[in-house]
Amino acid sequence: MRKIWWKILCIVIIFYVIIMGLMGPVPRLPIINESIRNTYFHVALWFAMTILLFTSMIFSIKYLNKGLIKDDDVASELAKSAIFFGILGCLTGSTWANYTWGDPWPNDPKLNGAAIGILIYLAYLLLRSSFEDEQRKARISSVYNIFAFAVFVPIIYILPRLTDSLHPGSGGNSTFGSYDIDNDIRKVLYPAVIGYVLLGLWFAELRIRMKIINRVREEQVASNR
Amino acid sequence: MLLYVVSTVFVCYLSFNLRRNQLTPIVWNTLFWIILLFTAVNAIAKSFSQERYGRLLYYYNLCSPQAIIISKIVYNSFIMLLLSTFGFIFYAFVMGNPVGDMGLFSICMLLAAIGFASVLTLVAGIASKADNSATLMAVLSFPIIIPMLLMTIRLAKNALDGLDWSVSTDEISTLLSIDLIVITLSYLLFPYLWRS
Repeated sequence: MRKIWWKILCIVIIFYVIIMGLMGPVPRLPIINESIRNTYFHVALWFAMTILLFTSMIFSIKYLNKGLIKDDDVASELAKSAIFFGILGCLTGSTWANYTWGDPWPNDPKLNGAAIGILIYLAYLLLRSSFEDEQRKARISSVYNIFAFAVFVPIIYILPRLTDSLHPGSGGNSTFGSYDIDNDIRKVLYPAVIGYVLLGLWFAELRIRMKIINRVREEQVASNR
Repeated sequence: MLLYVVSTVFVCYLSFNLRRNQLTPIVWNTLFWIILLFTAVNAIAKSFSQERYGRLLYYYNLCSPQAIIISKIVYNSFIMLLLSTFGFIFYAFVMGNPVGDMGLFSICMLLAAIGFASVLTLVAGIASKADNSATLMAVLSFPIIIPMLLMTIRLAKNALDGLDWSVSTDEISTLLSIDLIVITLSYLLFPYLWRS
């Protein structure tokens, strides 16, 4: 078993986050109350998603420079696990919004931006599925992946700040850091981000290994013929 | 393409004919930009798929990919500018013209033309490599173009109301920066697309 330590670390961190997230001490704030515990899940999921997408873009750039098909596999699988986290992030976010803002989908620029962001990456998957030739698919979807990330960042992080949003950091709300000062939250939030990133890498790794096995088997079938 | 704009505008005019008084500036604005968006997608989708294989090979031998993408973007920007100007004139002719500040509105049209052209040119390049390029073009381009469309609509709304220019500096700078990002990315990424 090679490099199993980070998987163990990932499981330990996830359990730590779940236990501490539900049982640990949290600051009392009006309106948010106990639902502040959702910070560990919702906010951390979005951070993890952005980190995974960024890594995916790095691998796409690497593919375009070197032309190894393996880099493209990594990029696409990372993007897939990032989409999974994005959908989870939307679900936890709308649960949270239901109790604090009184509506599961308030008409908020950040929410709409997030929906568009997920659409962009679903389009990426569609683009991948519409090619037969592997090298061609890899090259063109890498180009789209880099382009998509460059559009994704303004949609999620810059445009909502210019307008009124219910999320922190815009429309007169305080930025995230200023009420995050509480050390109890930090102790769980940052490990949570690392834990989710590791989990995403684990998903991606399993699928990449499956892909490599499939490719080898296809080559065997092709050579036997 | 000009006929496409004119007929779309005319269809909208006839559909709104019965309830002319309900056409508020907001509806006017949104309708105009959506017509322009569809025109842009249709006009620019052709920029790669229309060319024959032999001619692409000829271009490939003749000049660098950077030159091709820049010239395509410039050409498409001019087309978009032309189409949006004519579209606006005809639209204002049949639907009335509530624009308060023509200067700001034309800046808005200029920025939108460049932005739409640059985003859609790269996406058209990507989509033309696939088989069912028409569907793919719509699916790939709409989510990417939405932030630009929203900023444009907001800026155009300010122009409609004739607000002071200082109110809309935010929107102008954001649009400009999105345009710049997109053009730089197209410039950097297109060589990889071109090779295949």
